[in-house]
Amino acid sequence: MSATPPVNALDAPVASSNVSDLVSQPYRYGFVTDIETEKIAKGLSEEVVRLISAKKKEPQFLLDFRLRAFRQWQRMAEPDWAALGYPPIDYQDIVYYAAPKQEQKKASLDEVDPKLLETFDKLGIPLSEQKRLSNVAVDAVFDSVSIATTYKEQLAEHGVIFCSFSEAVEEHPELIERYLGSVVPIADNYFAALNSAVFSDGSFVFIPKGVTCPMDLSTYFRINSGDTGQFERTLIVAEEGASVSYLEGCTAPMFDTNQLHAAVVELVALDDASIKYSTVQNWYAGDENGKGGIYNFVTKRGICKGARSHISWTQVETGSAITWKYPSCVLAGADSVGEFYSVALTNNCQQADTGTKMVHVGPRSRSTIVSKGISAGRSANSYRGLVQMGAKAIGARNYSQCDSMLIGDQAAANTYPYIRSQQPQATVEHEASTCRISEDQLFYLQSRGIAFEEAVSMMVSGFCRDVFNQLPLEFAAEADKLLALKLEGSVG
Amino acid sequence: MSESPVLLEITDLRASVADQEILCGVNLTVRAGEIHAVMGRNGSGKSTLSKVIAGHPSYTITGGSVRFRGQDIDELAPEERSRAGVFLGFQYPVEIPGVSNLEFLRVSTNARRQAQDLEELDTFSFEEHLQQRLELVQMDPSFLERSLNEGFSGGEKKRNEILQMALLEPVVAILDETDSGLDIDALRIVAEGVNHLAGPDNATLLITHYQRLLDAITPQFVHVMAHGRILRTGGPELALELERRGYDWVDAEAGISSRSPEVMA
Repeated sequence: MSATPPVNALDAPVASSNVSDLVSQPYRYGFVTDIETEKIAKGLSEEVVRLISAKKKEPQFLLDFRLRAFRQWQRMAEPDWAALGYPPIDYQDIVYYAAPKQEQKKASLDEVDPKLLETFDKLGIPLSEQKRLSNVAVDAVFDSVSIATTYKEQLAEHGVIFCSFSEAVEEHPELIERYLGSVVPIADNYFAALNSAVFSDGSFVFIPKGVTCPMDLSTYFRINSGDTGQFERTLIVAEEGASVSYLEGCTAPMFDTNQLHAAVVELVALDDASIKYSTVQNWYAGDENGKGGIYNFVTKRGICKGARSHISWTQVETGSAITWKYPSCVLAGADSVGEFYSVALTNNCQQADTGTKMVHVGPRSRSTIVSKGISAGRSANSYRGLVQMGAKAIGARNYSQCDSMLIGDQAAANTYPYIRSQQPQATVEHEASTCRISEDQLFYLQSRGIAFEEAVSMMVSGFCRDVFNQLPLEFAAEADKLLALKLEGSVG
Repeated sequence: MSESPVLLEITDLRASVADQEILCGVNLTVRAGEIHAVMGRNGSGKSTLSKVIAGHPSYTITGGSVRFRGQDIDELAPEERSRAGVFLGFQYPVEIPGVSNLEFLRVSTNARRQAQDLEELDTFSFEEHLQQRLELVQMDPSFLERSLNEGFSGGEKKRNEILQMALLEPVVAILDETDSGLDIDALRIVAEGVNHLAGPDNATLLITHYQRLLDAITPQFVHVMAHGRILRTGGPELALELERRGYDWVDAEAGISSRSPEVMA
């Protein structure tokens, strides 16, 4: 997860021998924190949108933004083009705002409910001064609100703003007003419109001109309530020449019911700026019969606004009953670069329809897509990606590689690449492959003393290596273990 | 020589794949310090014998037994057999993309060392451990950085097999047609490796078609397999006789028509 304790360097790389100890573990983060919560009544209406805005004492522009989004959402229909099957979601049966009861404003961590600190401790994200991670600043989000952000002051010395979205609205309203919705407009899609109407909290990052963020930034999202939707909003702005690496981790308790998660992430990179956004998603995936789990409908998009700007998405998607997610790049600047590295693993009854959009606008813009889908059990795993070359994207290039690995004989893998080009001098390359772990490969490894489950995870992490190499080091080791864990019992 | 302990005892072994019986009563005793060669035509059951001993899941033992140091091997998973000291050098080593050869060798070596109550080797001490064994098979260290067997030539794959054998220090090593597809130089390197590793406490079972491997590695025993059984056992002179006369006479002397339908190995 985003900020588990650093892993011993010796057992860090691929397929460490303790993977086999891990495969027998159930979902580790399935506990519920017993804490008094302030919740509004179920259901969604204009009153609810106004109530959320009022609770957060928001400025008028934000209330207007929410109301426009809500009205837009009412006119829209839930998309049905994805290769996903699930019963209709009752949007009136969801709680749209839940917050642990405590003083809204925390001057210091000492005032944060110890139960919350304990929860994040248990998740491997210690927040207190003595225990917090030394190289990563963390914003911890619990249900609808941000609990704490570490290293805020140290970052501020460099001019870096890293705080909860609510705080940013209070303290930097001009930046929010300027950038909110500038990458994902409210009418972009059904779930983005819903999020824009009811989003509660999330993280805000601003890296000023010329600054390289001195440490990795991380947000850890924790769903706790059983009937609450989570609608967070993340906005990252890197000014000219700035650069930042941002990590996102997520977990949720095990419930028999499904929880809706509809987030929006917007990234803005100006001239020569660079944003690297990594996600290890480990929401609860439901049980082996498909009961429970998170419905993950997420809109993530970055705009390479400036020349030579660079946005890189890396995702490891392992949780969620349903994943509907296409982290994308709009490559507006000349010579800008967009990247998408993805591992999506589905097991049991999980369904994933995920991929990316690379929209080339600027001349000589380049993009790389590397997608690795692993389907086990009775799951379905689809890659869906769009590469678009606009009329002015002279000399633009894209390279896409989509590989699928099937484990067992009941899983499905699909690839839906869409290529649109209005520019004859643009190059688009697409490669795809499907493989299955063969009995002979497993026997070979076994006959060298490597146990069956470990042999599988060795091959899976080998398959994912190109993507794992893109992750920050602690993340890569964790992702490796996570996959082994998720594949438990899926073979044989 | 008969004083040395029995390492492998195969008694009336019957085994089948997809309901077809391929081994029809194999008997073989291998003692410490011995080198055996099993020869025979394609389809005689030689490769099946090696896979059954190593525990390939496609093969089922339907009768008889294989005892490794007194223990019935059928009770052990393939990885447990390897850790206990059974090694199979594959005729066609599979390619495993994405899995680094170096990492594979280290994990494999440590699995065996753990079973021997030896200290596990970390990345650094393993590379040291590996160095002299690399020289034995004259392998370029650049192979370590590549994916396991991926894009290796036939000779490189076989040398990688002998390297694994050198690392795992098996009690019983079975080499399934290790000589096939090797040029003269590679054959010499492989044979030197096998000779170097053979010692008084272990045993080697060479499965081969050809005399040329036996010119370089001298077995004490040569067995001829046909139709899922060992029809004849002799010393190194038997291999020379086979080279001269072919296999038909062995069948004839055993009272089997020489061209009866062949089973696939």
